[in-house]
Amino acid sequence: MRVLAISGSLRNASYNTALLRALQEEAPEGVEIEIWGGLKSIPAYDTDDDTVPGPDTVEAFRELVREVDAVFFSTPEYNSSVPGALKNALDWASRPLATNSFRNKPVAVIGASAGAFGAVWAAAELRKVLGAMGARVADVELAVGQAHEKFDEGGALVVDEIRTGLREALDVLVATAEPAAAAA
Amino acid sequence: MSITEQTQQGIPTGTWKADTVHSRVAFEVPYAVATFTGEVPDFEATLQDGVLTGVANINSIKVKEENLETHLLSPEFFDAERHPEVRFVSKSISRNGNDVEIDGEITMKGITKPAKLTGTATGPAIDHFGAHRLGLQLQTTVDRNEFDMKWNMPLPNGEPALGNEVTLKAELTLVEQEG
Repeated sequence: MRVLAISGSLRNASYNTALLRALQEEAPEGVEIEIWGGLKSIPAYDTDDDTVPGPDTVEAFRELVREVDAVFFSTPEYNSSVPGALKNALDWASRPLATNSFRNKPVAVIGASAGAFGAVWAAAELRKVLGAMGARVADVELAVGQAHEKFDEGGALVVDEIRTGLREALDVLVATAEPAAAAA
Repeated sequence: MSITEQTQQGIPTGTWKADTVHSRVAFEVPYAVATFTGEVPDFEATLQDGVLTGVANINSIKVKEENLETHLLSPEFFDAERHPEVRFVSKSISRNGNDVEIDGEITMKGITKPAKLTGTATGPAIDHFGAHRLGLQLQTTVDRNEFDMKWNMPLPNGEPALGNEVTLKAELTLVEQEG
């Protein structure tokens, strides 16, 4: 199974991107996790530019989502909501709605923040947006609060409990993507 | 259409199939201060020896806004990718004059629940081509939450925008099939 991992943060030392690196380390055999590095290349959504085909980076993103079996998001929280860059990329991906590449795509959302609540509001808003786009939102919740205390200087996750949470979240996403295989 | 003669009362035996041009499967749900309505035009219904079966292809759902169709087909509502059919099978049908009551089971999103359909029956009667027709106007109300369709959005006053009680309607013209 091929899973695309998307961090909502562009920062080099992002805790959310670091969480996705830890997710890669925890992935079981048969699950390949690829961290997307294209978020910054997506232009601001403009209906005037929403042509067929769209901008190259947007088309590449849409195609990548189409190719993978599932998408795993980790998002920070800006002003109680989803970071603008991430929402913008999803707005592009959602067009046109009826044939958008997230339609029926299994997705999972977790979050991390330096605050106490671990981006729970942003994660909830992101699930709402993905649901409206027609994605198959897995029943996953993992909120990593006080994120600056959970990684070492090299950006490696040092809390075993969170590693367990990542494995469990990935298991739920895989089961959501392959219900028949999970039931067998 | 000219119906020339009412020949009998009751639920007939034999095989009767819906004439879908003169039949309709639809739904209504409260939305904000109004009622949101839609239809599922691709369906089949059969009355065979007193058992009514209906199967609707949910991918054919029609509402007045295309984007809402996409949302209704998504996993938040019908999950048409994995559950493309809505199905009803009757267990008992009773008719008293024009009033009809049908107990059965409805399956949506892979979840089966008991349902009681009520309404009216017209005919059987003979149309101007000589075919026997039976009219059934049926409806039932289901709680969409019981079928794992839990999406909602709060209005500014905090109340949920979308109602939970959904009225399902079937207006059927059933034509007797020749032996």
